[in-house]
Amino acid sequence: MTITHAPAPTNTARITAIDLAVSTVRDLNQALHATDDGTSWVVDTPAGQHNIAVGIDRDLDLVVNGHVGYYFAGMHQKGRVTVHGSAGVGLAENIMSGTVHVTGDASQAAAATGQGGLVVVDGNTGARCGISMKGVDIVVGGDIGHASAFMAQAGRLVVCGDAGEGLGDSIYEARIYVKGTVASLGADCIEKPLRPEHLAELAELLALAGRTDDPAEFRRYGSARTLYHFAAVNAAAY
Amino acid sequence: MCGIAALQIRDVALRASLGELMHGMLCGIVDRGPDSAGLAIYNDPSLTPAGTSTVTVLNAELNPDALAAALRDAVPPAVGVTVTGFGETTLINAQIGTSALEQAVTSILPGVQIAGRGEHVAVRKGTGHPLDLAEQYDLRAATGSQGLSHTRMATESAVTAAGSHPFTVADDLCLVHNGSFSNHATIRRQLCAEGVTFDSENDSEVAARYIAWRLAAGDTLTTALEKLGGVFDGFYTLVVTTATSMAIVRDPIACKPAIIAETDAWVAMASEYRALAHLPGIANARIFEPAPGVVYTWTLDSTKELVTL
Repeated sequence: MTITHAPAPTNTARITAIDLAVSTVRDLNQALHATDDGTSWVVDTPAGQHNIAVGIDRDLDLVVNGHVGYYFAGMHQKGRVTVHGSAGVGLAENIMSGTVHVTGDASQAAAATGQGGLVVVDGNTGARCGISMKGVDIVVGGDIGHASAFMAQAGRLVVCGDAGEGLGDSIYEARIYVKGTVASLGADCIEKPLRPEHLAELAELLALAGRTDDPAEFRRYGSARTLYHFAAVNAAAY
Repeated sequence: MCGIAALQIRDVALRASLGELMHGMLCGIVDRGPDSAGLAIYNDPSLTPAGTSTVTVLNAELNPDALAAALRDAVPPAVGVTVTGFGETTLINAQIGTSALEQAVTSILPGVQIAGRGEHVAVRKGTGHPLDLAEQYDLRAATGSQGLSHTRMATESAVTAAGSHPFTVADDLCLVHNGSFSNHATIRRQLCAEGVTFDSENDSEVAARYIAWRLAAGDTLTTALEKLGGVFDGFYTLVVTTATSMAIVRDPIACKPAIIAETDAWVAMASEYRALAHLPGIANARIFEPAPGVVYTWTLDSTKELVTL
């Protein structure tokens, strides 16, 4: 298993500071879209505003000091983004690549539909974490809410705390690792053996998230693959 | 989509700033419901003077002076009456009990919509931009122990003052709702069979009536809300306030947002964090999302605090 997440920042020669008490979110986002690879940004006073840092497609480094609102770093690509605070609904929705790290909690639908990259939440997430994930890797330091990894298709979800009701309901192919308890598994989601290759990828993901949890303490969950095909027995219903 | 912001202040010194803090909170929920809004302010001596009852009516056919004159004729001599107009809302104070005041008001204005009642709460609501309404209600000047605001994006019933939140259907009891109930018509019929009457076609009023009905039957606020979860189907984040308590519950799959922040000085709830971002001490507040289907209740533990205003 090769992990291709973006490397740590190397170029801090140009740091741009933006205060969202003065500048608008649109000004910030347009500047982030127009900037060059290799730039560094610091954003203060986010005050829970929505749509901050949406649509980044540059190999940049961005640090936000404070809590952010809905859809932070949506559609993110390439860059490395850190929030020193918590995030609202839809953190890093549809992330394609790069890294989004939140040191506090995230609300519901964190990393929803994410296609690649890494989303790290040091605290807890609300419901529907990784819903319809399509290749993103997610590492949560705390607990996740109900209906997480619903219809997950690809990627890895690592939970160092507990998972809420209905984990992995109707899951296709993502791999889920949970260290704590699972309130309940959703339809077609089952526990699976934790083989050496899983321990190895879990160790890599935990290291990428800066965590020291022991991979051996996790359990793995995934698809029973009974919902992949139409069951012929149902033909009698027609 | 609707917006909710609620604040209960424990620190007596901070209660002078209730309106200022609530105005900031309201600014953070305007986008969630720009068509109408409402406010409930608890224990502001200029809105609900000690020793009086307060009744709110909507779209009164008499102007405040004419209504005050008519009320003075309807109540015993020497009973003080004040009537203040706030757009579609008219606030009436009198030195008599709530039921007697309500009776006097409805004798003068038969069929008028009663939107608020109690000894501690002033309810004002109407249609229009929430920040325009906040100016009309002079929100920033308000003081008091707790307050509740709601911005409405109407779905289940018309954009009218009567359909705006909060719903106050028993003394000092207010309810605001973000979401929609799917079985409210059934519950309405059941409550009607119990003798409960309704003011509007709004689904949220059904929840308010249900809670008032349960409280009248002896349930605590927490128990009433837990029972509501077993009866009402739909999407909801509810905030319910009484003279001394504030309670929050979300539906069992947490369809609608809610975030709570708490310090030693206050506890606040809003639909979105940005409505809380300006509160004093927010940087060190305990901030969390209420778990689905769990009732959270906070009660001001000293009635003495209320008197020191």
